[in-house]
Amino acid sequence: MFDKYMICEDGFENVMTDGRAVGFAFLARLPYYRGIGFSMVEDVAVTVDGEAVPRDAVRVTKSGRSWTLDEMETEYTERWNFGEKVRIVVMKDGGLAPGRHALTLAERLRISYLPFVPTTRDSKELEIAA
Amino acid sequence: MSGFDIKRGVSLYSYQEEYFLGQKSLEDLIAVSAEMGACGIEVVSEQTFADFPNPLPASIYDNWHALMAKYGTTPVCHDFMLDYKKYKDRPMPFEEQVASCKVDIDHAARLGCPFTRSLVSVAPEVLVACADYAESKNVRILIEVHAPLHFDHPWIIRHAEAFEKSGSDYLGFLPDMGMFLYRFPRVWKEKFIRDGVPQRIADYIDQAYEDRVLSEYVMLEVEKMGGTGPAMAMAATLRHNAAFEPRRMLDFMHRIWNVHGKFYEMTDEGIEYSIPYDEIFRILKKGGYKGYICSEYEGNRWIQDGFPVDSIEQVRRQQEMFKKLIGEPALAEPALA
Repeated sequence: MFDKYMICEDGFENVMTDGRAVGFAFLARLPYYRGIGFSMVEDVAVTVDGEAVPRDAVRVTKSGRSWTLDEMETEYTERWNFGEKVRIVVMKDGGLAPGRHALTLAERLRISYLPFVPTTRDSKELEIAA
Repeated sequence: MSGFDIKRGVSLYSYQEEYFLGQKSLEDLIAVSAEMGACGIEVVSEQTFADFPNPLPASIYDNWHALMAKYGTTPVCHDFMLDYKKYKDRPMPFEEQVASCKVDIDHAARLGCPFTRSLVSVAPEVLVACADYAESKNVRILIEVHAPLHFDHPWIIRHAEAFEKSGSDYLGFLPDMGMFLYRFPRVWKEKFIRDGVPQRIADYIDQAYEDRVLSEYVMLEVEKMGGTGPAMAMAATLRHNAAFEPRRMLDFMHRIWNVHGKFYEMTDEGIEYSIPYDEIFRILKKGGYKGYICSEYEGNRWIQDGFPVDSIEQVRRQQEMFKKLIGEPALAEPALA
């Protein structure tokens, strides 16, 4: 559910530090009918232009804080709320070239009552402004 | 049993599409529900209130009660989750599960809800351990009896036995009408076809459901027909859904205090395509049910890939059907403005 809303149309951009692109970012939502605690988000896998991003290059950011996916698994207070657009940052030296890029997002959530751990995907082509 | 008193409500879960996308506010949703005469309000708090079950500011509760007063609605039920898989490397200890439920009981009480819904997978021992606390807050804990479980399943029997043994009047059941799935929902079939299931396999599964064929046989047959990913997923829905009998509620009526009016599609003719609400209401009346039936629309996830979702119109249609089945007089046509 909500698969097609996972990757947001807005917020796709390079992340700049001291005038240099150190990665890229986009906004993402959960494909679920409620919010869940960060510790139950097992994976936020990103593929850009057909290339899978290493897990340790992904950061989930909210309210001025940032978590690696491993840190997220032991974050027991912070929540990814229903419909909330959370900023995903992917560390990638030089960022992405201006123009269109194919983005795929796969979120794996540990839902207490489900007898499996679902992974839901969304793919979109988004543009980095020149 | 003599006399029934079936009241109409709505779970705000029904409007999840519009709320997720930020198209409707909490106030908008309560206002439209009141307009339909669905005056009992149920809420999945982890959907409606950001950050819950973390502590919420008092203003959230003040606003909730102000909305109830403004629109003449009544809080009915807070649906709680209990994330016992919160820790990846270990199960949540029993005492922590009980403490977590108490947070939900407190929250239900602050919302003014007489009921709080437990997911069906929560262990009976956890709920029994919460019964006295629930009574002290005057909130009844209702376990949701939801497909693939049903009233004859040993897991539900265990709950029933534990509830009776506890002697508590604060533990009960909340049946979800989706367990009485008489037909394979049309919106499911069409979604699976869009996902790539060949028409002949979709037709076979549809007919096999109609014929009440055991899910395992259907899955084997679909495999033999050359079914792959989406076809097997469509066949697997038969493992999680079935046409159980509404009359099985009768033995449990003394502990049924809220009902989920689950639905997937209200047709243009004003009927639910797959769930037999005429039979359901006949049984609720026969059993002398006194309480709310809350609309729970779950069709959005089956159509949102290809079609606009109008949850409000779907709920409105179901409420009109409820009115007829309860026997309420029809509303007068709205006057032209």
